[in-house]
Amino acid sequence: MKELIQTLVETNSPSGYENAVRQLIRQKIEPWVNEIKVDALGNLLGIRKNPNAPKIMLVAHMDEIGIMATHVDSKGFIRFIPLGGVYPHHCVGGRVRFLNGVAGVIGVEKLSNPQELPSLEKMFIDVGAVDAKSCPIKIGDVAAFERPFLDLGKRWVSKAMDDRIGVAVLIETLQSLHQSAFEIYAVFSVQEEVGVRGATTAAFGIAPDLGLAIDVTATGDTPKGNKMEVELGKGPAIKIRDAGMLADPRIIKWMIQTAEKASLPYQREILEFGGTDGRAVQLSRSGVPTGVLSIPCRYVHAPSEMVDRDDVLNAVRLLTELLNNPPNLEFSA
Amino acid sequence: MKTTEIKSILQQLTSVPALSGYESRLHETLNALWQPYLDQTSISRVGSYHALRYGKAAEPRPRLMLTGHMDTIGLMVNRIQDGFLRLTAIGGIDARLLPGQMVTVHGKREIPAMIVQPPPFLLPKEFQTNPVPLQHLWADCGLSADQARQQIQIGDLVTFDQAFLELNNDIVASPGLDNRASLAALTVCIQELTKHQPLWDSWFVASVQEEETQVGALSSAFQIQPHLAIVIDVTFANSPGSPPHKTYPLGKGITLGWGAAVHPYLYNSFKDLADQLEIPYKLEPMPRRSGTDADSLQTVAQGIPTMVIGIPLRYMHSAVEMVSLKDIQRVARLMVEFIDRLDVDYLEKIKWDETN
Amino acid sequence: MGRNQLNQTLPAFGAAQIRLLEKLSNAQAVSGDEGEVRKIVLENIRPNVDELRVDALGNVLAIKRGSADSRLKVMIAAHMDEVGFMLTAEEDKEEGYYRFEVIGGIDPRYIVGKVIKMSHQELYGVIGSKPIHLTPPEERKNLLGIDSLRIDFGSTSNKAKIGDRATFSTRFQKIGDLLRGKALDDRLGVAILIELLKYSYPHLDILAAFTVQEEVGLRGAKVAAYALNPQVGLVLDCTPAYDLPLEVEDSEPPPENSRYNTKLGRGPAIYLADRETLSDPRWIAHLVQTAEELQLPYQFRQPGGGGTDAGSIHLQRSGIPSISLSIPGRYIHTPAALASFVDWKNTFHLAYSALQRLTANIFTQER
Repeated sequence: MKELIQTLVETNSPSGYENAVRQLIRQKIEPWVNEIKVDALGNLLGIRKNPNAPKIMLVAHMDEIGIMATHVDSKGFIRFIPLGGVYPHHCVGGRVRFLNGVAGVIGVEKLSNPQELPSLEKMFIDVGAVDAKSCPIKIGDVAAFERPFLDLGKRWVSKAMDDRIGVAVLIETLQSLHQSAFEIYAVFSVQEEVGVRGATTAAFGIAPDLGLAIDVTATGDTPKGNKMEVELGKGPAIKIRDAGMLADPRIIKWMIQTAEKASLPYQREILEFGGTDGRAVQLSRSGVPTGVLSIPCRYVHAPSEMVDRDDVLNAVRLLTELLNNPPNLEFSA
Repeated sequence: MKTTEIKSILQQLTSVPALSGYESRLHETLNALWQPYLDQTSISRVGSYHALRYGKAAEPRPRLMLTGHMDTIGLMVNRIQDGFLRLTAIGGIDARLLPGQMVTVHGKREIPAMIVQPPPFLLPKEFQTNPVPLQHLWADCGLSADQARQQIQIGDLVTFDQAFLELNNDIVASPGLDNRASLAALTVCIQELTKHQPLWDSWFVASVQEEETQVGALSSAFQIQPHLAIVIDVTFANSPGSPPHKTYPLGKGITLGWGAAVHPYLYNSFKDLADQLEIPYKLEPMPRRSGTDADSLQTVAQGIPTMVIGIPLRYMHSAVEMVSLKDIQRVARLMVEFIDRLDVDYLEKIKWDETN
Repeated sequence: MGRNQLNQTLPAFGAAQIRLLEKLSNAQAVSGDEGEVRKIVLENIRPNVDELRVDALGNVLAIKRGSADSRLKVMIAAHMDEVGFMLTAEEDKEEGYYRFEVIGGIDPRYIVGKVIKMSHQELYGVIGSKPIHLTPPEERKNLLGIDSLRIDFGSTSNKAKIGDRATFSTRFQKIGDLLRGKALDDRLGVAILIELLKYSYPHLDILAAFTVQEEVGLRGAKVAAYALNPQVGLVLDCTPAYDLPLEVEDSEPPPENSRYNTKLGRGPAIYLADRETLSDPRWIAHLVQTAEELQLPYQFRQPGGGGTDAGSIHLQRSGIPSISLSIPGRYIHTPAALASFVDWKNTFHLAYSALQRLTANIFTQER
C-alpha cells in the first residue's frame, strides 16, 4: 500500500485540475469495479454493481491544495492566489511545481517588521525567469506544492496526504473487498478544497441511500496544538461533527458498533473547524444519512502532512467491515 | 384555542430537548400532538417530521408546506479532562450567558452539571476580567476522572436544565422556545383545521438542523415539492439593550417577513388577511436574508414561492427565552384562515405582475 | 480571411443597443424587486424566443431552439438585479427620516451625500451628514457607518414606507467612448443577452436566464439552472476594473499595480477562477480560440475573490461546465460605474461568435 500512497501523493493535481491523478486512479480501480464514469465536473466514479442492494456513496477527494498565477510582472515574478486553504506560514521558502513542469520557489517582499507573518499578497513565485517574456508561466497556470513522500517507519509524511490517503484507503478497500451488502459508488471527487463542489454534483447524480466520506482529520497530540482528543496512531476516527455538518447519529452508531464488533481501534472525533465532502452528500436531494471515516493527520494543509500506518490499515479494515454489515436506519427516540 | 391549552402544548413540546442533529427524541411528542388530526405522518430521510392533511379538491391537488424547525441550540461534550468537561456549541451560543448555567449531560444516564468559569488566576491573562470564551469554561458534574470517563463520551449532548416558567399575562419562559413556539403554533393550526375542509393538501413539517445546515428544510422541500411554502420561526422581541429598530413588541402581534426571500404576492395575501381578521402584525424587513429555513427552502429545485411569519421572542438562544402565548395563538389563527381560503386557482394569481 | 472580412460577418452593435442600455441602467431593480427590468426584458425578447416564462423567484427563463437535429443545450445567464437600499424603520415622523440597510455589497463610504430614488415612484431622498463646520477634525477620521446615516425625504407627506427599496438616482450618460451609469453591473450583460437572442444558432438550444437575487447570493441562477437543465453554462456579467495607479512610494522604479482584476479597454474578460467557480478549461480554451481566430481583443480576469451566477449554475444537478465572460467596469456598486463601449461591443461579438462555433464535441473530452 505504501507504493500506492507514494504514487498518489507525488502526482500533482490541485483543485479543478485533477486530470493526472484521475488517470492514475482510474487505472488502479479498473480491475475492481464493474463500471467507470467521469462526470461533467471531472469526478471519477467506480461502480461495484449489486442490484437491489442499498446504494452507498463512498467519497474521497482526489484534488489537493495549490496555487494559481494571477500576474507576471516585468521582471518575471509571479503573483498568485491560493486554491483551497493555503496558509502563509507554510509558504515562505517553499517550492511549487506548475502543471507544465516548471518549478519555482516562493519568495516574499521585504517586511517592515521581520516578526510579522506576511500575507499571500506579499509573496511571489520565482521560476528563474529574467523578465516577463522569458517567464514560462502565464495568468491562470496552476501549481502544487513540491514535497516528496517520506517514510518514517510507523509514520508516513507528504504533501497531499489530504486526501490521497483517503483515496488510497478507498482503492485498497475495493481491491480487498470480495462481497458487500451494498451497491457501491466509489467516488473520487474534484474541487473539495474549494468548497466540496465535486461531491455536490456527484451526490445528485448518484442519489445514494447513504453516504460515507473518507478524509483526513486534524489531531490534538502535538505541542500546544489543536484542543481536540484525536491522536495519531489511536485508530481511524469516526466523525461526530465538524464545522460543516453533524454526522448522522445512525451512521455514527453503525460505525462504532461495527468497529467494536470487529475489535478494531477507533476514536470519536469532534473537529471545530473544517468540513468534508460528507456535508455535500448529506444535503443532497431529499437528504442522505451520511457519516465520515477520518484518518488522523498531523499538520493538515502543510506541505508535510503526517499519518500513521496502522491508522491507515485499520481504516481499510473498518471500511471493509462496514461494507459487509449494513446499518439500521430506524430513528431511535 | 385558549391560551391555557396552548400553554400545555408548549410545555409538552419544550419538555423534550432535541438538539440539532438529534431531533428524533421529539418524534414521539409530535406523534401524540399531530397524528390524531392528520391523514398521514412519516419521517424524512434525515429525521424531519412530515404530516399530511389531504385537501378536498380534485387530484392533482396543489401542495402547501408549512414548516417550523424542531431543533434547538445546545452544547456537546468535546473533551474530558480529570472529570471536567470541555464543551462545543451546537448552534450559535453567546458564551457570556453560560457561567452558572445548570445543564444536563446526556451520558450513559442523565447527569446534572453546572457550567463554571475557572478563577481568574487559572485563566489566560486576557480573560481574567473579561468574558471567558467557551473553550475555557468547564462543565462540572462532580464526578471523578474515572467515573466521568465511564459515564460520559465525546459527542454526548448537553442541554440547559431550566424548567418551563409561567409569568404574567400569557408570557412564558423556557429553553427551546426557539423554535418550539412555532411548533406550538403549527400544532394549534393542525388541531383547529379539523373544523375546516381546505382544498389544498397541507404538509406540516418539523424540520431538522435549522441552527446548523438547514438540511431539514432543504431535503423536505425537495421531497414534497410544494407549490407554496410558509416558514414559521421566532423573531426578535424588543428587550433592554436590543436595538428598537430591529425588534418587535412582545405579545402585541406577529411579524410578516418582507424581502428577497419572500414572494411579494404571498406577503400581500397574508397582510390583507391579517387586516381583515384584525390580527396585529408588523412588516419585518429582511433586506438580504431572512435568517430562517426560508433562505434554503426558497431555492430548492425550480424554486418555491415562500412566506416567513415571525413570533416575537426575547433573549433568543438562551435558557430563558420568552414568548407570549397570544402571539402563538395569532400565528395559528392566521395560518388556519389562510389554508381555509386557498382556492385551487391561487397559483394562477401568484404569477409576477409583468408576466402578462 | 482578413480581419475586416471577418468583422463584416458580425452583427451590428451601436446606437440602438446604447438606447436599450440607457433604459436598463435607469430602471430600478434591487435584489428581490426586479420587476422594472423584467418588464423591459420581456418586451424585448418575446418576439425572438420559442418559450418564455417567469419562475417562482422572478427569473425570466426563455428558450430559443436551434434547427439542427443534434443540439447542445447552453444556458446563458445575466442578472437583472442591482445593489441598493431598503427602508427598515421610520425614525422621525415629523421630519421624514428613515433608517435603511444596504442590499448587496456597497461600501458605506460611497453613499454619504448622495441622492437616492425610491423604486416604483417618483420620490427622491438624500443621505446627508453633519456639516463640516460642526465636525471636529478628529471626528472626520471616523467612518460614517450605515447605522449613523438616514434617508431624508425632507417632508412628512412622502409616500415611502418600511420595506420599500431604493437605488442611487444616477442617470445614464455616454461620455465619449465611455458608458456611465448605475447598475451597469449587470445591465451590460442583460443587454448583450437580449441582443444574442435576436440571432439564430442552428446547433444550439439557447436557454436564456435573466436572473434575480445575484447580489444577495447567486440565488436566482440556482433555481434557473435546475429548471433549465442545460449541458453547459455561460454567464455574462460585469467585473471590476481596478486599473488605477498605485500610490507612489519612495521605491524606484514606481511600483506596478499587480491587482488590477481587469483593465478598461483591454477587451472582454474571461474568468479563470473566482471564489465560487473554477472555470471549465474547455470553455476557457474555446473562448480564447474564438477571440484569437476572429482577432477580437480579450483579457483574463485575474483569478481571485468575487463570484458570479456561474457559482450556482455549475453545481446544479449532476454538474454543468460553466464560465463567466465579463465586461470590465470601474467603480461598480457605487453611484455610477464606468465601462468602455468598445469592450462592451467586443464582449457581445465574442459571445456571439463563441456560440456560433460551439459544438458538443468540445465537452466530450474529460475536463
